Amino acid sequence: MSFPWLTTLLVLPLVGALVVSLLPKGSTIVRPVALGVALVTLVVGIGAATQFRIGGGTAGEQFQLTEVYSWIPQFGVSYALGVDGISLSMILLGLVLVPICIVAAWDDVPAVGRRQHAYFALMLALTSMMVGVFAAIDVFLFYVFFEAMLIPVYFLIGVFGGSRRARAATSFLLYSLAGGLIMLVAVIGVYLAGPRGTDGFLLSNLTGIDLSVDAGRWLFVGFFIAFAIKAPMWPVHTWLPLAAEQARPATSVLLVGVLDKVGTYGMIRFCLTLFPEASQWATPVILALALVSLFVGAFLAIGQTDMLRLISYTSISHFGFIVLGIFAFTTVSQTGATLYMVNHGFTTAGLFLVAGMLIVRRGSRDLRDFGGWQRVTPLVAGALFVSGMSGLALPGLNSFVSEFLVIVGTFGRHPWLAVISAIGVILAAVYILVMYQKVATGPRPTGPEVEDVVDMSGREKWVVAPIIAAFLVLGFYPKPVLDLLEPAVQQTLQTVGISDPAPAVDTANHSTEGSDH
Amino acid sequence: MGGSMFVAPDINYTALLPMIIVFVGGLVGVTVEGFASRRTRYAVQVPLSIATLVLALLALVLLGRDNEGITAAGTVAVDGVTLALQGLVLVLSILGLLVMSERFGGEQPDAFTQSGVSTPGSAEETLATKVGATTTEVYPLTLMSVGGMMLFVAANDLILLFVALEILSLPLYVLAGLARRRRLLSQEASLKYFLLGSFSSAFYLFGAVLLYGYAGSTRFSDIAAAISSNVGMDGLLVPGVLLVTVGLLFKVGAVPFHAWTPDVYQGAPTPVTGFMAACTKVAAFGAMLRVLYVAVEGARLEWQPVIAVVAALSMVVGALLAIVQTDVKRILAYSSIAHAGFILTGVVALDVAGVSSTMFYLATYGFMTIPAFAIVALVRSAGTEATLVDQWAGLGRRSPWIAASFTFLLMAFAGIPLTSGFTGKFAVFSAAVSQGWAWLAVVGVLASAVTAYIYFVLVVQMWLGDPSDAAGTVVVRPSWMTSFAILVGVAITLALGVMPSPVLDLAQSTAAFLR
Repeated sequence: MSFPWLTTLLVLPLVGALVVSLLPKGSTIVRPVALGVALVTLVVGIGAATQFRIGGGTAGEQFQLTEVYSWIPQFGVSYALGVDGISLSMILLGLVLVPICIVAAWDDVPAVGRRQHAYFALMLALTSMMVGVFAAIDVFLFYVFFEAMLIPVYFLIGVFGGSRRARAATSFLLYSLAGGLIMLVAVIGVYLAGPRGTDGFLLSNLTGIDLSVDAGRWLFVGFFIAFAIKAPMWPVHTWLPLAAEQARPATSVLLVGVLDKVGTYGMIRFCLTLFPEASQWATPVILALALVSLFVGAFLAIGQTDMLRLISYTSISHFGFIVLGIFAFTTVSQTGATLYMVNHGFTTAGLFLVAGMLIVRRGSRDLRDFGGWQRVTPLVAGALFVSGMSGLALPGLNSFVSEFLVIVGTFGRHPWLAVISAIGVILAAVYILVMYQKVATGPRPTGPEVEDVVDMSGREKWVVAPIIAAFLVLGFYPKPVLDLLEPAVQQTLQTVGISDPAPAVDTANHSTEGSDH
Repeated sequence: MGGSMFVAPDINYTALLPMIIVFVGGLVGVTVEGFASRRTRYAVQVPLSIATLVLALLALVLLGRDNEGITAAGTVAVDGVTLALQGLVLVLSILGLLVMSERFGGEQPDAFTQSGVSTPGSAEETLATKVGATTTEVYPLTLMSVGGMMLFVAANDLILLFVALEILSLPLYVLAGLARRRRLLSQEASLKYFLLGSFSSAFYLFGAVLLYGYAGSTRFSDIAAAISSNVGMDGLLVPGVLLVTVGLLFKVGAVPFHAWTPDVYQGAPTPVTGFMAACTKVAAFGAMLRVLYVAVEGARLEWQPVIAVVAALSMVVGALLAIVQTDVKRILAYSSIAHAGFILTGVVALDVAGVSSTMFYLATYGFMTIPAFAIVALVRSAGTEATLVDQWAGLGRRSPWIAASFTFLLMAFAGIPLTSGFTGKFAVFSAAVSQGWAWLAVVGVLASAVTAYIYFVLVVQMWLGDPSDAAGTVVVRPSWMTSFAILVGVAITLALGVMPSPVLDLAQSTAAFLR
C-alpha cells in the first residue's frame, strides 16, 4: 500500500478550509493559515509529482498514483483517483496558482465579522475540488467534482464580487449546471452501455466499449456540450465575461486559469477516449466552432473598454486555439494544446492579477480612465506589459511555444486552418497592445485620483515574481513539461485510433506510432 | 372462494402490530383531549404521541421481517416494500411531530390556532386567545393520519386502499385548516383540499368499480390474474386503471392534478405542510407502486406512457411555475410538484430498480422537506411567518447557521452532488434510462436546471440581499425539538449524498413485492 498522495491533496485543503472557517471572529491569522495550507498542499503536490514516472509506470499503465475503492457499488461507482501527464500538470498548475492568488487577494476582504474567513475557506475548498476533478478516473466521481466545484465559485463571485455579482454568479451557475445535467444523462448512458457491475464507472472499464454509432454520437454530444460551456466556446461563452468582470481577480484566475480547463481536459479525457468514432465524426463542426471562438473572442477583446472583460475575451480566443489543437488530432498539435492549457493558466493569472492591481489603484475597470500609468506605477505597468507579451505569444515567453506547436501540428493535417488560425496571432497582438497603450502610454495623468498612488508593494511583488518566472522557464525550457505531456497525448491518440499524417513525400513507410520529434 | 358460509379470515396480528400501536395511540390521544385539563394536555400529548411512534417503529424493526406475508384475507401485504415505507413514514412523522410541537417557550406565537372551531375574528376566538389555549388535537389527528398512511402502503385490495386513503386524508384536511395567522387563508386551503380530495376519491372509486367489474374481485392478485388470463374486457380495464391512478396522482400532486398543492401548502400551518409534503408523498407513492406493479403490471402498455407524460408534465410545469413565485412556501409547493415528477420517472421504469430508486428518492425528499419547512416556520416578521422571498433578504448575515442549513437543503432540492438530492435523482434517472426512457431523463435534467434557478434566487436573497430591505425579519430561536429535527434532516441529507450505500442496500433488499 503506497502513500495516498492524491487523497492527501484532496483532503488537505478541505481540512484547511474547515480550520479557517472555524477560527474565532476577528482572528488575525486567517490569511496566514490559508496561505500556509496552500503552500503545504503545493509541497505535497510536488512530492506527488516526484513519484510520477514519466512515460508510464512500472507496468506501463495509463494512470499512476492510483487509488481505487468501492464507493457506491449499487450504482457502480468507485472512489478512484489517478493521474497521467495531462492531469498531473493541471493539478500542479492549480496548486502553484492558489498560493499566488491568496497573496494577491490578501486585502480583498476586510476582516469584519467572518467574511474574510469565508473568502479564504471557499478558496481552499475550491482547491480541493480542483484536485478532485482532474484526478478522478471514475466518470461518476468526475461528475461529482465537476458539479460540486460550482458551489464555491458561485459564492466567491456572488458574495465577494462587484455590483452586479448576483446576476453574474447566477448566470455562471445556471450555464454550468445546465451543461452538467445534460452530461449527467450521458454519464448514465455510458455506464449502461458499458460492462455495468459494481465498478462500471471506472474509466478503464468504459474505454473501448462497443457502442453503436448512434449511441456513441448522442453520448458524445451530451459530454461535449458540458465541456464547451465550461471551456467556454462560442456560442455558449456569454457567462464568462460577466463572471470575470464581477469576480475578484483572484477568483477569476482560479476560474478561468484552472477550472475552465476542465472543459478542454474533459474533451481529451472523456470525449476522445470514450467516443473515438463520434469524436472524428464531430471534428469538422468542432474545428469550425474553435475557429469562430478564436476570432469572436479576439474581435470582442479588441472592442472592449472594461479591462477584466477584455482579458476574459482573450481567454475565449485562446480556448479556440486549444480546442483547435485537440481536434487536429496530431501528436504535435495536442501536445501544444495541453501545454497551452498550462501556459494559459499563468498568462491569465498575470493579466488578471496585474489588472486587479491597477483597478484597486484607480478605482475603475474602464480603460478610458487610464493612460500614462507607466509614469505613475512603472513596475505595475511593466508587469502588465510582460503578461501582455505572454498573452500575444512573444517568442521567448511561455505561450509562444504552445501556440507554435498548435499551429505547426494543425498544419500537418489541415494546412488552411493553420493559416487562418495564424491570423488570430496577429489579432492577439492588436488587443494586447491596444490595452497596454490605453493603460500605460501617454502623458503622466494629473488629478486627485493618481496623487496618492504608490507603485507595486512588496506583497504584490511576491505575486508577480513567480508568474513572470513561470513565463520565462516555460518559454525557454518547456522540455520537462512537454516530456510529461507527450506520452499522455500519444496514449489518447492511440485510443482514438488516429496516427499522425505522414509527410507528403514519404507516404510509403509512415509509422503508426506517430510523432517524430 | 365460492363457499356460502362466512369464514373468519386469518389475521397475523404481529405483522399488523405497528399499525395497531399507532391507531391505539391515536385513540388514547383522543381520550386525553376529552379528559385531561387544558394545562396538562400539551405536556401529555407530546410524549404520548412520540412514544407511540417510537414504539411502532421498534415493533416494525424487531418483528417486521419475520412476519412478512399476505394476511387479513389477502387485503394486507406486509412485505419488504411495506416495511421500508412504513418505517420511513414513522421516522418522518416523528420529525414532523417534533416540529409541530414547537411552542417557542411561549415568547412567540406557535403555528396553530387556539380554537379551530371558532369563526376567525369572533368573540370565541378572542376568549380562547385570552385563556391561552393551545391546540393539542393535532396529535391524535396526526397519529390517525400516520396510521392511515401505514395502511395505505400495505393495502393489497382496492377497497382497503380506499379506506386507508380516507383515514389518512380526513385528518389532513382538518390539520390544514388550523393555522394561527391568516386563518381565512388556512380554512380556504382546508376546504379546497377537502373538495378536490373528495373529487379525486370519487374518481378513484369509479375506477375501482370498473376494475371490479373487469376482474370480479378487488384483490390485487385477482386483478393481476385476470389481466394475465386476458379476459378481454379492455373497455373496463383501461379506464379503470387510469381512474384509479388519477386518485393516487392527486395525492402526490402530479400535473394535471396539482391545482390544490400551492394553495394548501401555503395556507396550512407550516409544520403541517412539512409533514404532509413528506409523509403523504411516501404513502401515496407506496400505494401507487403496489397498484401499478402488483395489480395492473400486465396492462403496462396502457398506463406506462400515461405515467411518463404525467411525469414529464409535472417536472416541466412544476419547475416553470416555481420561477414566478414570490412566496417561499409556494416555491417549495411548486418544487414538490416537480419532485413528484422526478419520482414518477422512477416509477415508470417498472423493474426492481424502479421500486428501489423510488423508495430511495422518497426518503431523500422527506428528510429535506421537513427541516426546510421547519426553518420557514422560524423566520418571522411581527409575530407572523415571513414567507415572502423579499423578507428573507440578508438572512445569512443575521442567522448564518439557519441560512446555511437552508442553503444546503436548497442545494439538495436542486440535486447538487454530495447531497442526497443528487443521489436520489441519479437513482431514478438511471432506472428510467436503463428501461429505455432516456427522453424522460433528459426532460428531468432540464427541469432540474430550471428549478435550480429558483432555489438559487432564494440563496442569492439570503446571502447577497441587503438586510435593511427586510428590517422586520427575525429568526426565532427554536427549542431543542425543532433544532433536533433540522439537524437530523440536514445530517441525513448529507449522509445520503456522501455515503448512500447502506440505505441503497436497504432499498434494494426490500424492493420485492409479495404478490
